[in-house]
Order: sequence, then structure tokens, then C-alpha cells
Amino acid sequence: MSEKAIPDEARPALQAKAKLDGLSEVGEGGAGKIANNIMHFARVLRAAGLPVGPGKVIEGIKAVETVGLDNRNDFYWALHAVFVNRRDQREIFDQAFHVFWRNPKLLERMASLVLPSFVDPDAQQNAEEMNRRLADALKQEQMEIPGEGEGGQDEEDPEITVDAVMTFSANEVLQKTDFEKMSSEELEAAKRAIARMRLPIMEVPIRRFRRDARGRRIDMRATLRAALRGGGATIPLQYRKRQRRHPPLVVLCDISGSMSRYSRMILHFMHAVTNDRDRVHTFLFGTRLTNVTRQLRYKDVDEALDKVAEAVDDWSGGTRIGHALHEFNTQWSRRVLGQGAVVLLITDGLDRDAADGLDKEIERLHMSSRRLIWLNPLLRYDRYEPKSLGARAMLPHTDEFRSIHNLESLEQLAEALSRADGHGTFQNKSWQEAAQ
Amino acid sequence: MISIPENVESTLELLSSGNYVSDRSLSTAVYLSLKLGRPLFLEGEAGVGKTEIAKVLSETLGRRLVRLQCYEGLDVASAVYEWNYSAQMIEIRMAEAEGISDRDRLGDDIFSDKFLIHRPLLQALDPSADGPPVLLIDELDRTDEAFEAYLLEVLSDFQITIPEIGTVRADEPPIVIITSNRTREIHDALKRRCFYYWVDYPDAERELEILRLKAPQADARLSRQVVEFVQRLRAMDLFKVPGIAETIDWASALHQLDIIELTPDAIDDTLGVLLKYQDDIAKIRGSEAAKILDEVKSEVALAQAAN
Repeated sequence: MSEKAIPDEARPALQAKAKLDGLSEVGEGGAGKIANNIMHFARVLRAAGLPVGPGKVIEGIKAVETVGLDNRNDFYWALHAVFVNRRDQREIFDQAFHVFWRNPKLLERMASLVLPSFVDPDAQQNAEEMNRRLADALKQEQMEIPGEGEGGQDEEDPEITVDAVMTFSANEVLQKTDFEKMSSEELEAAKRAIARMRLPIMEVPIRRFRRDARGRRIDMRATLRAALRGGGATIPLQYRKRQRRHPPLVVLCDISGSMSRYSRMILHFMHAVTNDRDRVHTFLFGTRLTNVTRQLRYKDVDEALDKVAEAVDDWSGGTRIGHALHEFNTQWSRRVLGQGAVVLLITDGLDRDAADGLDKEIERLHMSSRRLIWLNPLLRYDRYEPKSLGARAMLPHTDEFRSIHNLESLEQLAEALSRADGHGTFQNKSWQEAAQ
Repeated sequence: MISIPENVESTLELLSSGNYVSDRSLSTAVYLSLKLGRPLFLEGEAGVGKTEIAKVLSETLGRRLVRLQCYEGLDVASAVYEWNYSAQMIEIRMAEAEGISDRDRLGDDIFSDKFLIHRPLLQALDPSADGPPVLLIDELDRTDEAFEAYLLEVLSDFQITIPEIGTVRADEPPIVIITSNRTREIHDALKRRCFYYWVDYPDAERELEILRLKAPQADARLSRQVVEFVQRLRAMDLFKVPGIAETIDWASALHQLDIIELTPDAIDDTLGVLLKYQDDIAKIRGSEAAKILDEVKSEVALAQAAN
């Protein structure tokens, strides 16, 4: 996707604008039309979820001023360089650009259908919902016009009517879910549980040092400064010590039907962990994989869970563990497992696809993580044996297998994870044999 | 001192004069970054030519290239500056021998520029006769967040604070190119200060052009086949699809083996140059490779017939 064609209709419009206003006006408090339009465009992008602040608008105007308006591609890429921050934003930018710069009015009208007070910056109450809808609206827009670029202006009117419909696509059996609010006792308990939790790999030494009187390496800089303080007659040695730090933690959690009774609690757990330390990435999977790290970063647990519920479409459906892990391996593993992450996989191992392809994917996951911990809530069944195909495929590739027979509270969850290493390993061994 | 290009057009020319096959989108980003004096943040898969951009810029603009290779645990002592401790110790000893006991003077003396070892970031702020250097911060995603935060000050004001001396400021800001393989997300605060560009795999035309420049010894028809083959691999569901660097390596390897036309055997023998994961190799080797090759051959034949 290198050179995106900008629809030909945009060109005369742009040039006309440039001629009308002249770029000199751009600087004057955004009086120029083009500056105004860039500002509106930035608002559209912001509404679609891109992190575009007022500073970016000024930069955008400056960038356009710098490249000039002679070439429509330059115009596109100048705005692109400023407004886009991550790869996944390119698509939204591209679509918004094509819709907006063909006819800014069109998008405005469209947006006003979504939310009457679109241009009103005070409209915060439904902000999040609007983002999603606007993004969807843009996506839909793109799908509705297959012959973009060539298509005529005649199509514009029908587009508006189509956009007015704006329903969520329901091409799969998808479910939304609602969580009970967390009580304050639960909240306290969760914090306590997380604070007590000890993962098998708590901290790893990193290549950074800190001054420490009991350290074993000499801190030359501190030593010299200390020596100077004493006039250089004596040189009191100062020491430093290697710092330690949590390795990144990646949580992959199954939210299929068989796990649904635990999902609320596990989410609480994931929220608590995410907010307790840095470098935690959380993913949910049923039939598809969703990264919910950003949603879980909201400090307020109920708000975070609402966001998660909104972001995930496959609550309590089937599980395709192999498929989800494949998606994780190809899309995410290089991005989140880079610095020796510990992976916590929470699933009961019941797989709709009968473990098809699971073997390879779990092996790949195992190889790219520092330690793979499988946490299995065993359906309240004491004599569980890993007989399901999914479990058989997964067991040989886990470093640790942790089970909870009765998962009813966060404390139990944290306790299961903190159990002494030997216990888990022992269990893992005997079960691995059973699985053979 | 070669001045920076005046428009997107001449940026494109500048890059191609350094044998870098760019397209208009990348040139726009480079031009903006040069013109407005902001860092250029290049993200993309491994082997798409991110680092190369900095090298080409330094070469064509005749600027010094200062490279900071990032790794986990990169700290101020190896990225910015360090004091030359042994020289300082000797200095203290000398002062002692000479009977100088004036603390302030000694302090000023041993914490002076004479004992300061300049590491890449500080070097990039040093004045230079050829104009400000190109500072390449390579694979930023390999460091930790702490270093990223440190970079914020350097990249927004182009100044570095050394407690013992004061603040060092660049007369002219260097040209900064930051690359990332996206093994983790870089914080938005840093990206916000840069122009962003995602370096994608090139299309067949551009890749062929790159091969022509970087592996000129390879036969023209072989190059075309190589490019078509690689382009098809990129459309497949592989764990790691080959980058441009792999394409160049493969073309050179095939040439070294005196292969002038792709055959299933030749592909099977050299697939390790292209694919670096056993799963991927197992998937492609044999019948799959032969199938792709058939497609490639008919495609190339068709293209030649059309010409």
C-alpha cells in the first residue's frame, strides 16, 4: 500500500482552495479555509479514535504549508506523517482522508447523523460510543463504494442515506455481555490478592544498576564524587548493584461458554494485574482474539470492564484455541513477547476445532516465551484428567500447569498462581504422563 | 556543506542518487522531517530498509552518521556520556602529589570536558563543519521505557544536561532518524514529537528496481522471477515473510550458484536464505514451491509477451 490514489475530484477542489485563500492566510489564526479544513479533518480523526490534539493540528497546517498544495499525493502524505502514529491507524486515516477531502461537507453531514453535536467540543458524554460508530461508519462507507476513485460525484447522495442506517454487522453469532459492578470489598480483596501473588518468575536481573551499599560492583562515578568531597585525600569506594524488574506478563484468557462463569473474576484479576505493574498485555479469545490491554488500563474497574465488554464480540461462544493462538503468534507475539515475557494462558482446554493446528501453535508460543503457565479452572471436578484433545496437545508445551478445583474468588486465583513451584511441576509431570 | 532539498521532488532525487529506491510517500515524510527539523520515526518489519534511509541521507548530504544501536539496558553511560574515571583518578593523584588541596579547583578540573567521553547522543550535538550530523537511533524498541523517557528531552530541545557541567545544546539540531521493528509499542509521547512513517514491503516494480541496484550481477529474468516469487510468498500465511534484504540475499545467492533460472530444486536448496523459520520452510518446500514457481513462470512469460 504505497501510493494511494487520491480521488481526482479532490484535486480541483484543493487547488481552488489554495488559490482562493492563498497559503499566506494559513498562519493567521487559521483564517484560511484550508487551515480550517485541516482543523475539521483533525476533529474527524480524533472522533475516529486517533490521538490528534490541537498541537497536531498546528503541525499539520505547518506540514502542508511546507510541502505545498501542488501535488495531491504530497498533501496526503504530509498529513499522514503528522496525524498517524501507529500502523493500525493508517486504514482509518486513509478512509477519512478520502471521504473528507472529496467533500468535507459530506463527512460533516454524516457525522451529524451520528451525533447532533458533532462539532461541539463539549459533547463528551457519548464520546467513546461515537468513536466506534464513526469508525464503523467510515468503514461502511468504504465498502459501499467499490469503484472508489473512478466513481462519480453522483454517488455521494446515496452514500449519505446508507450511512444513516449504520448498524453493527452481525455476520457471526456474536454476544455482548454485562458485568455486575464490583463491590468495594471485592475491590479491596482484589488488591490484597494481587499484592500477595507470587508468580514463579517474579523478577529478573536487568542490565541497569543502582547505587547500593551492599552491592558488589564499584560505582566509579559516585566514588569519584565522594572522593572529591573529601578533597581527594581518600577515595571511599561506592558500590552499585544490578537492578531487578518484573518480566513482561502476557495474559491470554479464554472467554468461551465453558469458561463464562469465571470470566468476571478473571477480568477483575487481569484488571488488577494490569494496573499493578507495567508491561502487562492482556488478550481475550473465544472464536477470535481481542487485545484488551488499553481497555483494562482504565483505573476504575467497572469502567474498564464496560470497555472490555464493548470491545469483545465473542463472549460465551465456542473456543478455537488453535486459531486464536495462531493469530496471537503471527500478529502479536513479536510485539509483546520481545523482552522475555511470562505467558499466562487461562483456558480449560476444551476446543471446538478438536485441537486442529493447536499443537504447532502452542509449541511456537512456548518457544517464544520465557515461561508458559497454563492455568486451568477444572469445572469444579476433582478427578479431572487432561483427556480432551486440546489439553493433550497443550500439556507437553507448558512449563507449568496450575489448576483450581474451585475457582470462586480472586484470592484462590492468586493463590493458585503463587503456589510453590514444586507442586505445579509435579502435577504437570504426572499429567503429562497421563496424557501420553 | 550540501544543503537539504527544497521540495519533495528533489528529496526523491536525493534518495535515488544514493541508490535508495523510494516512493513519493516516503520522500514526503523525509522532506518534512528535514525541512521542519523534527525526527523521522520509521517503523516496519525487519529488512525493509529502515536503517538504510539514514545511511543514504548521511552519504548524499555529506553529513557524519552517528549511530546509536539500542539494546536492553542501554544507559546514559553508553548512550550519552561517561566520565573517564582512570584519567580522573590519575589527575587526583597528581594533584595530591603537587600538593593542591583546593577542592573547587580540583572539582572544576576533573569534571571538565577533558575527561568527558562523548557517546553517540552527545556526539550528535557536537558542532561539525559539514553541518549537523545524521543521528540514527536504531531499533529503539529494544531499549526499555526508561531510556525512551530520557530521549524525550534530547529530541524535543536537542539538549543534554550533565549535572557536573551544565546543559549542552546543539547549535543546529541534527537530522534524527529513529527506527523500530515494533517488538513493543513505543510510547505515544515520543511518537508525538516525530513524523511517522510505516515502511512497507515494496510492490513488484519497486522491488525489481531495488534488485537491479543492489544485486546488479543477477540475470534480469532471474531477478524478475525472484521478485515475483517473493511477492507471492508475502501474500501467504507465514510466520515471517521475507523482507527486501532477504530478496537481495537470495538473488545474490542464486547468482553465486550460477543459477540463471528458478527451478524447484534450486528453490528447495536455497530456501533458507529467504525463510528463517523451520515451520515456514517446511510449509513452502517441495510441492508448494513448485506450485508458486509455475504461477511465477507463467506470469513472467506473460509480462514478457506483453512487452
